[in-house]
Amino acid sequence: MSDDLVLKTEELTKHYGGVHALVGANFEMKKGEHVAIMGDNGAGKSTFVRQITGVEQRTSGKVWLYGDEVNFAGPLDAREAGIETVFQTLALADDLDVPDNLFLGREKTFANWLGPFRLLDYKGMRNDTIAGLERTGVKIPNIRNSIRNMSGGQRQCVAIARTATFASKLTIMDEPTAALGVQETAQVENIIHTLKEAGEPLILVSHNMRQVMELVDRIVVFRRGRMVANLRKEDTDGQDVVAYITGAKTGAEFEGAA
Amino acid sequence: MSDTSHGTGGLTFDKTKRSWPNEMNILLALIIIIVIFEILGQILPYMRDQSFLFDSKDRFDSIFNEARLKIIILQVAIIGIIALGVTQVIITAGIDLSSGPLVAATAMIAMSFGQTELVNGFPNPKALFGTWAMDLPVIVPIVAGLAFGAFIGAINGTFIAFLRIPPFIATLGMFLICRGIALWWSGGNPISFPTASYKYIGSGMMPVVWFLSLAVIFHLIMRYTVYGKHTYAIGSNEEAARMSGINVKRHKVMVYTIASMLAAFAGIVLASKSETAQAGMGEFYELFAIAMAVIGGISLQGGRGSIIGTVLGAMVLGVIRSGFTYIKLDGSYQLMAMGSIIIAAIVLDQYRQRNKA
Repeated sequence: MSDDLVLKTEELTKHYGGVHALVGANFEMKKGEHVAIMGDNGAGKSTFVRQITGVEQRTSGKVWLYGDEVNFAGPLDAREAGIETVFQTLALADDLDVPDNLFLGREKTFANWLGPFRLLDYKGMRNDTIAGLERTGVKIPNIRNSIRNMSGGQRQCVAIARTATFASKLTIMDEPTAALGVQETAQVENIIHTLKEAGEPLILVSHNMRQVMELVDRIVVFRRGRMVANLRKEDTDGQDVVAYITGAKTGAEFEGAA
Repeated sequence: MSDTSHGTGGLTFDKTKRSWPNEMNILLALIIIIVIFEILGQILPYMRDQSFLFDSKDRFDSIFNEARLKIIILQVAIIGIIALGVTQVIITAGIDLSSGPLVAATAMIAMSFGQTELVNGFPNPKALFGTWAMDLPVIVPIVAGLAFGAFIGAINGTFIAFLRIPPFIATLGMFLICRGIALWWSGGNPISFPTASYKYIGSGMMPVVWFLSLAVIFHLIMRYTVYGKHTYAIGSNEEAARMSGINVKRHKVMVYTIASMLAAFAGIVLASKSETAQAGMGEFYELFAIAMAVIGGISLQGGRGSIIGTVLGAMVLGVIRSGFTYIKLDGSYQLMAMGSIIIAAIVLDQYRQRNKA
């Protein structure tokens, strides 16, 4: 496979017992590309994401990350390999501050011979956090405040800033604005713009047509567990995409799939 | 890098502006309680202008009533050691009810390896084992006690983390088991007459030395190590901790093990201080340890609180106990007052929680 592909899947399939949640997904994305995944509830979007991020084990198929075939045993493996996921449910510890949350589970430390009692490098983590926040354009008045006192948008921004802090190879956001208000959504969309300018590849799972049309280069539509369309933004519009989502249309190369 | 580098819309990041730490509230409460007792000492007709903590007589050099201060802290030191462990457990949103009976069981086990062979030239009348267990170096009772504590804690942690037994139930079971072990170890008989070196561990102000040194150590651990950070993270959002790659189960076993080792150490010190071990020791200690933590601002919902808070909570309990004796109210009132204060502390915590949410 060519080197400019960030992610490639071949015949990615997942069955839950008798339910074929995902069938034969062939997906590719290039460096610096932002791709949206759309589809109705139960269409296989989240299942697809869960196979890539190692949250679940695929039934069959292959996955490559930057040309290397990968088999993640769990979400940690995926993260180590450079896939950062922003989950729908915020995975943040309320009582900790911003650097603590960014570095949770992978703290910068010294005196590592102390094992579990190794010392935290607070200063290093704080500096990296500020650098990461600046890179993403996330604005938080005081990073030493506990997350509890922050708005939903700020919290989501913190979750997203993780990806920038760790210079991820691929960012996946699963409906990052589903629970946010208008202003907060704009805040998150701004960050996505920043990631685009920085050339960081992104997979965005979203139901929000306006958002998708504004933010991404390409839209992949799932329906009933299968990929049914692969549309460049320039060649399509909202109505067209809806037609694919509802099943009124199916992409030429996917004929016979659904 | 300027301090305002990531201010947003006029908001600036002011490093000097830190929120009022919760510990200050407890310190304030402690001072208020002391002031109340001072005032009561002045106005109660039968008190004759005594002072609670200050020296009202001229024959001492110090301005403080040192004897009373010493008693206050000595009274809470041993339970305070337990509270240091309970604090960590509560921060993970758990609870440990087994510490009181664990103190008794550990006291029995440690003392049985810390006995001296000859008492005033006669064989030790309370000897549990043969001469092989007599006059052993002091490290033996300490290691035996700590090993037993670690074993009990590891069982607690394993049941809670791996078998998902609620902490309340798992440690309630262990509460009964440990009381049983304490009785079974010597068939209900007291074990007495420790060696001189074992006697030293809990003599005089030694319990206070242990309590305060351990408090400093665990304050540093909770604040500056990965262990501490993960303990807070688990209590704050267990799911997030797991998704962040923290081995939550292993960490919980570690926390319960450390907590039980601290309770075991309290038992070792208590047996030394009392120069005897009895199966009924440590009654209600688990509850007083939890009370210290709760009064010290450790949230039962997990994730919040600090070792400093617990030390202050211990001081509050000590001052109240001593203060009630000082104004000559008997034990029944003390218990009622302490109960009210514990409830007040929890009400306050929930009120704070609701205001922040």
